[in-house]
Amino acid sequence: MARPVDRSEPSRARRVLTPLLTIVALLALWQAVVVVGIVPNFLLPTPVQVVQALVEDAALLASHCVTTLAEAAAGLAAGVALGFVFAVLMDRFESFYLAFEPLMTISQTIPTVAIAPLLVLWLGYGALPKVVLVIISTFFPITVSLASGFRSVDPDVIDLMRTMNASRWQIFWYAKLPAAADQFFSGLKISATYAIVGAVIAEWLGGNEGLGVYMTRVRKSFSYDRMFSAIIVISALSLGLMKLVELAQRACMPWKRAERNNNER
Amino acid sequence: MAQAGEKNVRRAGEGRREDPALGQSSPRTGRAAAELAADLPVAPALEARDLTLSWDGEHVVVQGVSVDVAPGEVCCLVGRSGCGKTTILHALAGLTTPVSGRVLLHGEDVTGRPGRVSYMLQKDLLLPSRRIIDNVCLPLVLAGTRRDEARAKAAPLFERFGLAGCERKWPSELSGGMRQRAAFLRTYLMGADVTLLDEPFSALDALTRTDVRRWFVDVAAELGLSALVITHDVDEAVSMASRIYVLAGAPSAGEPSHVAGVVEVDRVESESFELTDEYLAAKRQVMALLG
Repeated sequence: MARPVDRSEPSRARRVLTPLLTIVALLALWQAVVVVGIVPNFLLPTPVQVVQALVEDAALLASHCVTTLAEAAAGLAAGVALGFVFAVLMDRFESFYLAFEPLMTISQTIPTVAIAPLLVLWLGYGALPKVVLVIISTFFPITVSLASGFRSVDPDVIDLMRTMNASRWQIFWYAKLPAAADQFFSGLKISATYAIVGAVIAEWLGGNEGLGVYMTRVRKSFSYDRMFSAIIVISALSLGLMKLVELAQRACMPWKRAERNNNER
Repeated sequence: MAQAGEKNVRRAGEGRREDPALGQSSPRTGRAAAELAADLPVAPALEARDLTLSWDGEHVVVQGVSVDVAPGEVCCLVGRSGCGKTTILHALAGLTTPVSGRVLLHGEDVTGRPGRVSYMLQKDLLLPSRRIIDNVCLPLVLAGTRRDEARAKAAPLFERFGLAGCERKWPSELSGGMRQRAAFLRTYLMGADVTLLDEPFSALDALTRTDVRRWFVDVAAELGLSALVITHDVDEAVSMASRIYVLAGAPSAGEPSHVAGVVEVDRVESESFELTDEYLAAKRQVMALLG
């Protein structure tokens, strides 16, 4: 007799353990591949060597981390602010939307690595070109997500508010902004990862401090274990920022928890 | 009984009277006009005079529609889907400006001026990001009342509207019927004495719809609301209204809608009005006008 298919949600333990065990298995495979000699050690360090390099260079990595984080945070904040202003203007003025929407899409097809050297050339080796590159990288996801969020408001809600004599500002504050919150945080999550990557790329192409600079130095000295440790730090920073955005989203959108609970019932 | 009911039907154009105040014709019959004169010593709360409406400025959807709602009266506007009922309500709410005709609120011309009547749309449209108390307070807050004061004003009404204990809940935590009650309380707090309701119960399941409808009739009577409800459900119209405007036409086929007739419902005090001869007679008349 055929057994009914179990379509229930996987347990929390299963959700955590399954990817964790997969990562452990892949690391073990990686270690084995190098130890056995399938890939020479001078080309690929073992996970154990990477962890050792991470511990040895912890203090140096931390100081570079601070620089990268500062550049990423400043660029992200400015990118979000600029994106917000643009999205509001695009929502408010149809001609502004028509004028800038295609330009913004085109701007995103230009690779960051192509702009970064130009920015270094124009703005020097300081923090400014890094921050500007982060702004350019983060501005688009924020603007697009917010503009589309503002437009997602049910027109009936706007009609209803008009019957309550709501001003344009009140409609924006009570209806449009909350309606765009979900999409804004999705855009912010993407922007947060772009911010770290953008800062590192800009540092890579010219600078005195930061994880990108550290990576260039260790690459030149063929210290691939340190290279990998920097990659781990960059991933951790991106994941940390994404987690922060998630926490902010939870704090700013308390009604979503009620909606989730209601859906699960 | 059907014969008795027939006397309460007025076909469009029958016995139209000239309204000296407006210099325009209204669709009332001689009998209805006399009744109105006897029943309504004061002017209608809401009047629509010869409204002609269009979706895009070119194609006429509704032509020459006149509707009156007396103070404290619940009227229904019945018509098939797509005949322009919501378009009429939008014009009455001031959200759109008619091609021709006027909307009067207690005699004052409010054509194309939103914010003068309370309006409840088909969906409850509760803001998901606001708790129920803040959703229902929205009209007060938008009008400039401080949030604390608005909450204090709304809180005592929660029990009357069957929402006790729901103040701090999010809209997603309420059932469809409860959400509709919250939307109605919000509509009530808009403060206008005339309320427009656009198929307010259509999203509810059959049993909940009957309960909420009965509850609405009681509350409207208790609060003395003047309401115009649009629906395509004949039973709903007959069970709620004292007067039913029947809209006929097919705008999508190039035939603008018009009021085919008005049915006066002889409401009798009964626990089960839906089973009385008066109810059936009114329903028959509406069905006949709908064609």
